[in-house]
Amino acid sequence: MNSQNYPIALALRGVSKRFDRPAVDALDLTVYGGEFYALVGPNGAGKTTTLRMVVGLLRPDAGSICIEGIDALSDPIAAKQVTAWLSDEPMIYDKLTPYEYLEFVAGLWRIEPVAAEARARELIGWLGLEPHAHERCEGFSKGMRQKVALAGALVHDPKLIILDEPLTGLDAGTARQVKDVLRERVRAGGSVIMTTHILEVAERMADRIGIIAGGRLIAEGTLDDLHRQTGKTAASLEDTFLMLVAEQTVAA
Amino acid sequence: MNQAASLTWLASHEFRLGWRDWVALMTAGGRARARNAGIALIVVAAFMHVFAYWIVARFADANLASDTTALVGITGTLMLSGSLLLSQAMESVTRAFYARSDLDLILTSPASAQKVFAVRMGRIAAAAVAVAVLLASPFINVLAALGGPRWLAAYGVVAAMGAVATAAALALTIFLFRTIGAKRTRLIAQIVAAVIGAGFVIGLQVAAIFSAGSLSRYVALQSDWMLRHAPDTGSAFWWPARAVLGDYAALAAVMAFGVSILAAAIVLFSRRFGEHAVAAAGVSSTIVRQRRWSRGFRRRSASRALRQKEWTLLLRDPWLISQTLMQILYLLPPALLLWVTFRQGNDSYIVLIPVVVMAAGQLAGGLAWLSISGEDAPDLVATAPITADRILAAKIEAVIGMIALIFAPIVAVLIFDDVFAGVTCGLGILSAAAAATMIQLCFRVQARRSQFRRRQTSSRIATFAEAFSSIAWASTSALAAAGLWHAIGPAAVAFGILAGVWLVSPLRN
Repeated sequence: MNSQNYPIALALRGVSKRFDRPAVDALDLTVYGGEFYALVGPNGAGKTTTLRMVVGLLRPDAGSICIEGIDALSDPIAAKQVTAWLSDEPMIYDKLTPYEYLEFVAGLWRIEPVAAEARARELIGWLGLEPHAHERCEGFSKGMRQKVALAGALVHDPKLIILDEPLTGLDAGTARQVKDVLRERVRAGGSVIMTTHILEVAERMADRIGIIAGGRLIAEGTLDDLHRQTGKTAASLEDTFLMLVAEQTVAA
Repeated sequence: MNQAASLTWLASHEFRLGWRDWVALMTAGGRARARNAGIALIVVAAFMHVFAYWIVARFADANLASDTTALVGITGTLMLSGSLLLSQAMESVTRAFYARSDLDLILTSPASAQKVFAVRMGRIAAAAVAVAVLLASPFINVLAALGGPRWLAAYGVVAAMGAVATAAALALTIFLFRTIGAKRTRLIAQIVAAVIGAGFVIGLQVAAIFSAGSLSRYVALQSDWMLRHAPDTGSAFWWPARAVLGDYAALAAVMAFGVSILAAAIVLFSRRFGEHAVAAAGVSSTIVRQRRWSRGFRRRSASRALRQKEWTLLLRDPWLISQTLMQILYLLPPALLLWVTFRQGNDSYIVLIPVVVMAAGQLAGGLAWLSISGEDAPDLVATAPITADRILAAKIEAVIGMIALIFAPIVAVLIFDDVFAGVTCGLGILSAAAAATMIQLCFRVQARRSQFRRRQTSSRIATFAEAFSSIAWASTSALAAAGLWHAIGPAAVAFGILAGVWLVSPLRN
């Protein structure tokens, strides 16, 4: 896709967050509508902190965050209305069924019940959850729980989906289902920003990849753009990633 | 045999783990809090000694060995403590069966699993004995200081009771495993533990209500009927009581009984402990299908969705219900007293108002923790398009709604009999519940609902504030129901507690 032709779904400008040391340092990042953006980086690079600031789970020390044209810091409720968050650890309620969980999420997002239920049935079908739709989640495997959480993230039809390592610990079949659902969302015009340590996933799925290290975006672009930056066009994303991170470490 | 597999090596490993657990429990996992925890322990110990002095000082010099009334009183007290010890021991034993932490390591190592589990049972017994001795020590110390060293024999009796309680808990839990299976034992054992813990106290109160129209369990213990039917003072039934009073022959017999019964339980059950622990580890969660009551998604506000979620989660979790069951069980005697009072037309219900208010405060504290801190999907709720204030409000409404549902029948009956007493009781319940909820709000943390048992160790200030606040509101309600202006005193204390909580609240800092 030619990103520049699309409206901006997410814009971070000069976003910083400091804990004991700077976790995110004056980060600028743009994700366009209909784009699949992968954020990769070594452990402790600031990926999760960045995303948690975007969804309102952390407040940045400085900078601005704009989601679908809404200032997420001054109007967080409006920004949350169009956003979905999914972390690597599926947080769902053991004593609710997937159907009830989706009804609860629809209630929180104030979605019209008829539309929400239709959407829930569709998601339950896509994710292969029909046989378990009315079973309590307490006996579910991690993959099933992640699918329920993903359905919850999508039931309110968000424009921007933010995922932190959503494929961690999933088997190949479940991972494929999750990826298919995300691709479908992007095809339908939604935007996805996802962190991952699985570089093949970023390589295959993402329109653009951002490499973050030390809280800064050190490289960004399509796979070809990144290859050009390292001057090694035949290299894999893994080689490119390791080279860029090593350069950044030396520079730091 | 190498040193690493010896019984003493295993024992030292187990006791090191036990010690670290205890330290973590006392310091809530923070090493920096060790000093504060130490100071708090000293203050509590001092307070408990003063309390013990108030309760038992008058008995220190008495020669009670041949006094049936005294023997019945001491034996009843020992049985009350024993039921609580057994309840705690059952909790520990059940936890040990279902803890998977090092089960794989133990069973795949060349060490004798039977030996390891025998040592583990010993650790549970030692913990039970330590807790019993610690709780009894203020009373024994006061008696020994005022009445002479003969009272120190009570330590031996308490230790023997801890051993017997552990043996009984092991036997009861193994029995449950064998009869109802590993899948159901966890829940049933916890409910049985709660019922045992409360059952004896409640039984005595029920007896007291019917015999004397009083909630005091000692009224039943000292009743004519009880004294008439008590065994002869020379009976072996009184040995534990005689041992407490310094009869060394009785003490030797009681301790020998305790040690032998524990040893027999360990020898008998250590092999089965492994079998049942493996069975417990292999239990997968039962698939529970929910019946669909509604035809489709219901239209509701975000607040209503949150309230509904809280109530559904609570009602579907028998484990959490069993954890709060004890508090609800304690309501049975007051309810019974209310019924008896109502039937007889006297006004002794004044004594039940503080009990009800106290129970409401304690129950609200537990529910508030579950609702406010025990959120299993915090990210979902925090990223929903609803303000944090509205989320909190919905959760508080869920707590108050649940309290209203539980206590409304009692208040309604009271109002029917005496409007002023009923309204006072209702206001007391509301105040105690609101105060406990506010305390939980001030000390809210992010935790999973399954960590409910540990809530009391995560903030001791919140735990004590909650207890003292409930006591203060209970006193206020009782005095107000009696028409005394002195009610202002405990009410001021209750507000003082809330102000103090607000001042030291981590949220404020």
